[in-house]
Amino acid sequence: MWRVVEALGRRGFLGVAGAVGLAVATGCGTDGGVAAQPKQGGRLRAVYAGGGAKEVIDPHVQSLFVDIARHKAIYEKLVELGPDLKPVPRLASKWEHDGTATTWRFSLRDATFHDGARLVPEDVLFSLARIVDPAVPERVAQSSLATLDLKRSRAINATTVELVLTAPNAEFPALLAGIGTQIVRNGFKDPDKPVGTGAFRSVSFEAGRSMVASRYDDYWDEPARIEELQILSAESEARANAVQGGQAEYANDMTATFARTAGQSVRVVAAKASTMQAFVMKVDQAPFDNPDVRLAFKLLADRQRLVDVVLAGRGEVGNDLFGKGYQYYPTDLPARERDVDRAKSLLTKAGLVGREVEIFTADASAGFVEAATLFAEQVGEAGVRLKVTTGSPQTYAKDLLTKGAIGNHRSGAMPIPQYITDRLLSQSPFNVTHWRRPAFDAGFAAARAVTSESERSERYGVLQKTLRDEGGILAWGLPDYLVAVSAKVQGVQAVPPNTLDQGRFDKVWLA
Amino acid sequence: MRSYAVQRALLAVVQLAVLSVLVFVLTSLLPGDAAELRFTETLTPDQVARLRGELGLDQPAPERFVHWLGNVLRGDLGTSLISGGPVVDIVRNSIGATLVLTVATLAVVVPLAVALGIVMGTRENGRIDRVITSITLALSAIPDFVIAVVLVAIFSLRLGWLPATWVGGNLLASPALLVLPVAVLFGRTVCLLSRQVRAGTINALHAEYVVQARRLGIPRRQLLLRHVLPNAAVPGVQELARTGDTLLGGVLVVEAIFAIPGFATALVDGVETRDITAVQGLTLVLAVAALLINLAADLVCNRLVPRTALLR
Repeated sequence: MWRVVEALGRRGFLGVAGAVGLAVATGCGTDGGVAAQPKQGGRLRAVYAGGGAKEVIDPHVQSLFVDIARHKAIYEKLVELGPDLKPVPRLASKWEHDGTATTWRFSLRDATFHDGARLVPEDVLFSLARIVDPAVPERVAQSSLATLDLKRSRAINATTVELVLTAPNAEFPALLAGIGTQIVRNGFKDPDKPVGTGAFRSVSFEAGRSMVASRYDDYWDEPARIEELQILSAESEARANAVQGGQAEYANDMTATFARTAGQSVRVVAAKASTMQAFVMKVDQAPFDNPDVRLAFKLLADRQRLVDVVLAGRGEVGNDLFGKGYQYYPTDLPARERDVDRAKSLLTKAGLVGREVEIFTADASAGFVEAATLFAEQVGEAGVRLKVTTGSPQTYAKDLLTKGAIGNHRSGAMPIPQYITDRLLSQSPFNVTHWRRPAFDAGFAAARAVTSESERSERYGVLQKTLRDEGGILAWGLPDYLVAVSAKVQGVQAVPPNTLDQGRFDKVWLA
Repeated sequence: MRSYAVQRALLAVVQLAVLSVLVFVLTSLLPGDAAELRFTETLTPDQVARLRGELGLDQPAPERFVHWLGNVLRGDLGTSLISGGPVVDIVRNSIGATLVLTVATLAVVVPLAVALGIVMGTRENGRIDRVITSITLALSAIPDFVIAVVLVAIFSLRLGWLPATWVGGNLLASPALLVLPVAVLFGRTVCLLSRQVRAGTINALHAEYVVQARRLGIPRRQLLLRHVLPNAAVPGVQELARTGDTLLGGVLVVEAIFAIPGFATALVDGVETRDITAVQGLTLVLAVAALLINLAADLVCNRLVPRTALLR
């Protein structure tokens, strides 16, 4: 932890006290394993859910956790996300902007690529140009970096790069920490020959199976303790067997059932309340175009029961907002309590009692169908029949955009402004609740341009309160993110996915 | 016999053609396509549309099929819609594990099933027959995932004798990886095979020529090996062909539980991601293999008992 704090201390005018405070407040830290002296050497095999031929070694084309973990071992980003999803320095040791959050200067760290070349601004400019290349739509950070004006961006000197935006955005560093924003070598052409600045250099990669990597001895942030890293793909049952049977030392994304039944040979590291499970109501479709009905449904959810049954108790209840514990989450909101009587009167007023509403679900993510079925019972208590219809798991995420007035939704960890950009603006590509309010869009754009963090936070807070009361997201649960490690693995951090210290194998060791 | 082989081969070609059309139509009927499913939650609809254009998915289905067929006839299985690499690579990467598993399983099952079948057949309805029948029937009645989970729980997790999965394992370095999957597949296949051999043996033992041979005083051992076994083997060989087909297609449950990167896994991945070219390529290879195996089985039977040629 001290290294990050020290780096934060050098960040110049952007305040840091908040970040450190929050990291402590959210209770993120080591998993409570024995604080032994780190040991050198050994091989660590980490197993993730696989994606078969979908798995890629190109760091700019990724969507699976297994890809993200592999790319993280080999490549690095300018900025990463801390445990509270707030940007922390990585290849950029610090940054500053022109006072309007439009022109940004990033100071580069003294890092070297695996081929010995030193990191220079040209690498950064090349990487960003590669990411936003419209000819290759599958480079995932393309839309989030759409406001980057590369023609006006340039190298200031050997260690400083200036990036210019077409519109002010105080969240720009967080965008550089997004998925698929790794820095590659200037002129990088062949993704099959990965050259990055990360703690491991690639030895071999086979889609759907494995990546083998070895320690990079000249890594700028202290070379890894383990000698060899293997990141393997396997489904849930096989991951459980592998880590229990001693064929792997780390298994990602485990189920609550596994956590309950795992034997002595493994330890479960839980990042508390790190993701979100919700029902999403389309605010422009009957019956949810009526705000009373939305509120009634929120009041009908027996959240604790949903958490106990669907998440097997491994999680917290949600408060109809994304991002609890993250930067910008409004902390002064009362928890939503169940109130069947009030819900009933709202539904009676709306004329919905005795009627049938369809909930569209699919076995697309763990717990979706179970949650929908259980919620149908809970809604039934107010005299509304919730009929469960099941769709195709593979296309569910896309189908939900157009099908069903209410459905399931889950989200992994990401900064709150990014979640809003992706899902809650009129033009958002994944606006599952059809929340389209010009005033909300304008308020968000204005907030994002505010350079004072506290003022920005306040404005985001107001927007989020509106969402919680009037929006279509019924966030009922915040599942823990579970990782299983063999007893000899030390130094694994219990932090949300998509943050710097999650799946960070250069800091772990084998006792 | 030659004309029989030629006719069988021609029939096989027709079967292949029908099969490839069927696979194409069925995969096209699944909701969503490769462009959509590749990055469901990361690409915007505009980007999906562009990707679809790049993959050629905006072309009408018949056109895509003709294009694919043209390539296949030139010996090119095409490019995976998901990985962008040649489909041949997917076949090559997945067939190895399945082949090893198939050969290993057959190497265990065939001798055992034949031996058990003869033992049972020669002791029709005796105590040994009933015991073996009960055991093999029970094995085939228990779903293979149950056997797999139980075996893993006992031999891997509790006793720690055998590896639980192929994850991170290397077959050359640790052949023990084969033991549990082969044990599960054994349980799945031994029953039918040994039952067929048993039935064949019983039939042969009751046949006129064997009764006659017995009367002539031919020693029991010679009688069994020279006269009974070839006839008893006919249903066994055909059952063996079916077993071979099943095993080559990969046994999904076994592959999933032991994380074996085999044919079934590749097929399921292909279907789940709507990688039509990969599914087509894999199915085609599988179909060719199945046709060859069945052809071989028919020819072997024809050789064992030439009269089957007349029945064809």
